[in-house]
Amino acid sequence: MSVLIYVDQADGQVKKASLEAASYGAEVASQLGVEANALVLGTPEVDLSSLGSQGIKKVFQVKQAELNQFDAQQQAAVIAEAVSKTGATIVVLSNNLTGKALGPRLSARLKAGLVAGAVGLPDTSAGFVVKKGVFSGKAFASIQVPTALKILALTPNAFAVKEGGGVAVVEELAVAVPAAKTKLISTNKIKGQIPLSEAELVISGGRGLKGPENWGMIEELAQLLGAATACSRAVADAHWRPHHEHVGQTGGSIAPNLYFAVGISGAIQHLAGVNRSKVIVVVNKDPEAPFFKAADYGIVGDAFEVMPKIIEAVKKLKAS
Amino acid sequence: MKILVCISKTPDTTAKIAFTDNNTKFVTEGVQWILNPYDEWYALVRAIELKEKDPSVTIHLINIGGADNDAIIRKALALGGDEAIRVNLESTDSFTIASQIAAIAKEGAYDLIFTGKETIDYNGSSIGGMVAELLDMPFVSLATKFELNGSVATLNREIEGGEETVEAPLPLVVSCQKGMAEQRIPNMKGIMGARTKPLKLVEPVAVDALTSIASFELPPAKAGVKLVPADQPEELVRLLHEEAKVI
Ligand SMILES: Cc1cc2nc3c(=O)[nH]c(=O)nc-3n(C[C@H](O)[C@H](O)[C@H](O)COP(=O)(O)OP(=O)(O)OC[C@H]3O[C@@H](n4cnc5c(N)ncnc54)[C@H](O)[C@@H]3O)c2cc1C
Repeated sequence: MSVLIYVDQADGQVKKASLEAASYGAEVASQLGVEANALVLGTPEVDLSSLGSQGIKKVFQVKQAELNQFDAQQQAAVIAEAVSKTGATIVVLSNNLTGKALGPRLSARLKAGLVAGAVGLPDTSAGFVVKKGVFSGKAFASIQVPTALKILALTPNAFAVKEGGGVAVVEELAVAVPAAKTKLISTNKIKGQIPLSEAELVISGGRGLKGPENWGMIEELAQLLGAATACSRAVADAHWRPHHEHVGQTGGSIAPNLYFAVGISGAIQHLAGVNRSKVIVVVNKDPEAPFFKAADYGIVGDAFEVMPKIIEAVKKLKAS
Repeated sequence: MKILVCISKTPDTTAKIAFTDNNTKFVTEGVQWILNPYDEWYALVRAIELKEKDPSVTIHLINIGGADNDAIIRKALALGGDEAIRVNLESTDSFTIASQIAAIAKEGAYDLIFTGKETIDYNGSSIGGMVAELLDMPFVSLATKFELNGSVATLNREIEGGEETVEAPLPLVVSCQKGMAEQRIPNMKGIMGARTKPLKLVEPVAVDALTSIASFELPPAKAGVKLVPADQPEELVRLLHEEAKVI
């Protein structure tokens, strides 16, 4: 019995969401009194023994360069074989964009119950129950997983990365790699920006900003704080900002430490995507804006007057 | 070419979320039901666009659910589906649902299977991947763009911090999200025509569920907002730094 954590990579680096999954998986393992091992597919440039820091004992690496490109069908086949070779009974992965492609395939392949979007550790007092978000952030469901093999896909930003002292043993794992049916043509990453799904701080703008030409203050504050930028659906629909910045029920669902909303009314569909944020700040000129009910801090005021002063204050803070 | 579009029924986005029976059941009284937005706006509309380009395309719809789902199925037919199948089963287990779809898809020999990115009630994002695995087909998740050249599809899919373009052979399973297509409103002709389009009822295949819902809960209520006067924004910055400790 062991917990096997699938650790994925981008541009040769281990993704932060996978470090969270590794930390979570190690905690699940210690709760059950078993070992936590990691599985890495491909040939990332980093020293994988550092996963020991997250509580990983052994890192199994399927060292085939073709696995650096992602094909869900191919990877699921490789992971499934690794699960049986390592005798894992629980598979942990991040429910990030990669995990959303892999978790369901693995579940169907291995007949293993899947919790897609776990937000907490298992409760084993009556069976094996794990909490996940449902109704687009408006509620939680506790999922009972009765199958012998279980898959837990952890929501990004729901579990802190553990930094310990350990060093993991890296071992090569020989697994047959079937040919990929999909072919990567090109990758288009937005340069110099923090991916929204991984950001700890997010500055977001709504229709209250009047037009795309006024996003300078959102971008400046984001830059100062090392934050990502987001927007409401109304803004993305008006093509003021790119679609990938749209958060809410029908856009991205995020849970940063800080969600700073400027000129956004806080419609229920918008809140659904952001209400798991740890701290919510709202700047809106309408004291009746529904967003204030979901906020921790707020300023009732005109964004065009308030934001430049906030930027000045942050500059002072950063300088001190 | 045959396209299978998986559609599901979800509570309206403004529905009040509450639970009963010791927090084991979602309160459905007063809830408006809609076609899951991702299924409707992106998966179905993209299929309709493919049919508009190539009239030999047929669009089949599949829904797993009870008789009260027929209203949303008729809406999808009104938008542009050609025929529909409803598998007579209610379940909250993704694998059980995916197994029904896979069983129907095996018989129908579809070239393309489209799902929405996720349902807005259970947010599993699981059906597409499971169906693909059960049918041993490639799967492109969270696609924002889909183009077809013969029997090869070119797709954009979301990755952390951007997108990648991939090529995939048919038959193929795709989960669809924003970017794929634009929301449409059914017109009168579509609504009238939908009444007579075939809606076939099928009994489910037997499947062992892999999960079940033990209970629900609502998130804890917020303590209330701390308002800072508009002329003292530096106080907000101080609070975020010293009290909330997030910057
Ligand atoms: C099925 C469905 C799904 C949806 N999904 C989403 C979703 O995923 N995400 C999403 O965001 N929305 C979604 N919506 C839309 C949602 O209902 C709202 O219409 C949208 O969020 C409004 O965007 P907004 O707050 O930017 O604009 P508005 O509602 O127009 O609000 C603008 C706000 O700015 C304030 N303001 C104006 N001027 C200033 C100023 N000078 N200074 C400060 N404040 C100012 C106003 O007081 C107001 O509160 C969905 C709707 C439906 C029906």
